[in-house]
Amino acid sequence: MKRKHYFSRGTLFLLAAGFAILFLLPTVLTFTNSLMSQSELSSNYGVIFESLKDSTKYVSEDVNLKFIPDKVTFKQFFTVLLASPDYLLKFWNSVLLVVPIVLGQVGIATLAAYSLMRYNSKIRKLIFFVYVILMLMPYQVMLVPNYLVSQWLGILNTRWAVLFPGFFAPFSVFLLTKFMKRIPSSLIEAAFIDGATEWQVFTQVCLPQCRSAIYSIAILVFIDYWNMVEQPLILLADETKQPLSVYLSTINTGEVGVAFAVATIYMIPPLLLFLHGESYLVEGITHSGSVKG
Amino acid sequence: MKKSRRKMYIGRERLVSMMMLWPSLMGVLIFFLLPFCVVCYYSLIDSPLRHNFVFLKNFAEILQNSSFLLAAKNTATFSILAVPLAVVLALGLALLLEARIPGKSQFRTFFLSPMMVPVASVVLIWQVLFHYNGAANEFLSLFGMQALDWLKSDHAQIVVILLFLWKNLGYNMILFMASLSNIPHDLLEVADIEGASPWYKFTRIKLRYLSPTILFVAILSLINSFKVFREIYLLTGSYPYESLYTLQHFMNNTFHALNYQKLSAAAVLMAIVMVVIIAILFIAEDRFGKDVE
Repeated sequence: MKRKHYFSRGTLFLLAAGFAILFLLPTVLTFTNSLMSQSELSSNYGVIFESLKDSTKYVSEDVNLKFIPDKVTFKQFFTVLLASPDYLLKFWNSVLLVVPIVLGQVGIATLAAYSLMRYNSKIRKLIFFVYVILMLMPYQVMLVPNYLVSQWLGILNTRWAVLFPGFFAPFSVFLLTKFMKRIPSSLIEAAFIDGATEWQVFTQVCLPQCRSAIYSIAILVFIDYWNMVEQPLILLADETKQPLSVYLSTINTGEVGVAFAVATIYMIPPLLLFLHGESYLVEGITHSGSVKG
Repeated sequence: MKKSRRKMYIGRERLVSMMMLWPSLMGVLIFFLLPFCVVCYYSLIDSPLRHNFVFLKNFAEILQNSSFLLAAKNTATFSILAVPLAVVLALGLALLLEARIPGKSQFRTFFLSPMMVPVASVVLIWQVLFHYNGAANEFLSLFGMQALDWLKSDHAQIVVILLFLWKNLGYNMILFMASLSNIPHDLLEVADIEGASPWYKFTRIKLRYLSPTILFVAILSLINSFKVFREIYLLTGSYPYESLYTLQHFMNNTFHALNYQKLSAAAVLMAIVMVVIIAILFIAEDRFGKDVE
């Protein structure tokens, strides 16, 4: 039997390769540009970033987009890592916000998801429904309530204003509940017949079953918050406490070389996490593909 | 006697699982639901100090506010342009990876990688690409087209749509890939034996099974398109070119003026729109879901 194919495998491969280049280009360019020297960068992109600041310096009119630096230099990285503690401080701010949120949100969600999975009463269905709606709301809706609460509790302009809403964000509860519903109920029943308590079933049956699910959710939460801009912008007006994701946009116009180096450093943690846990990530995304419990 | 002791035992176990839901539920109540009720209340009064009910006056005012209308119009335009592209292109990529081409899993990694890269890290490259003297214009000039000042013209939305697609296509593609792999194999085999063309198989079988996912991805992309403020803010700051002024800009700038009534009315209005969209999602998922099963 001869099967008809509209496109040959070669064409499809080329198409995929073309898309792959487009998808990789911005990331790769950011990386290679961080290895260029400041003078090379200003001769390449002079007009864009420097013409306004210093009119005495020669800047070329054309913008040359270059992939490979003439001379590889790590000077910018040294500047960022050793000479200017400001960037490291902002990076540390990001860590101080994101790591507690990931741990807190996943921890609270694991407890809640187990509870929602165990008993399928009407009230719990309603709770799940409310969580889904909250999860789908864009920040524009929830920022005003968050701001008000922070004000009442007196935590506005402190890290807690960003941390608390992060701890209780319903996304992890939603996804973990869906994962836990796939644990065979016979497994749980068997544990109860053997005389296990609720807590024992949770720690010794349920948790080992969804270890990979918890990991995949942690990755999703991490990349979401590592990338956050809106919350710190409004809830954390104090610039010294803002994460690097917000601060990066303010250094664009200053030293380009340093900005590229900082940008590269900032994408390393999520990229490492991605390379390590891609299959978990895919698993997590796959299960987010429906709002039903 | 024995029976009641057993009942008490079950009661205690139930209590344990209820307690596990407690932290999450309390957090959601304190940080999201209760303050949202207050926001609803604020949207109906004249000022947080006087507490006079004015009912729909705030909403009427905000619907006449030119910045709000501009922001709403821009957000709507952006969504109408970006969402269909996000669905069609992601489906295209998923189908491409379904074809028998070498290096499939590498391609999946490449297409998914932008998801991990923080937007703040790549805006520099975006600025280089779309500057007046930038690479995009050089590319256009190859075809004899006129140079555009991308970010400061009516074409600014194109730049942001490209960034949006770059970031979101991978996630959508994974959802489509999961859905494609759920299509019963024997059905496709029968179609092959009967000599069905690839186009027939696509329209009559695959699309049929994909329809719930298409809808889900469309609504997810719609919700994500409301969040595109982050990209715009990092690219252009608080006061971008007119066509990039979004609802979130409006909210942020109103935050600085601390006009609670205006903010609350805008948030409530947005929430109502969202609830309608989410309701469509739920109803449609219910329908389609049963249909395919």
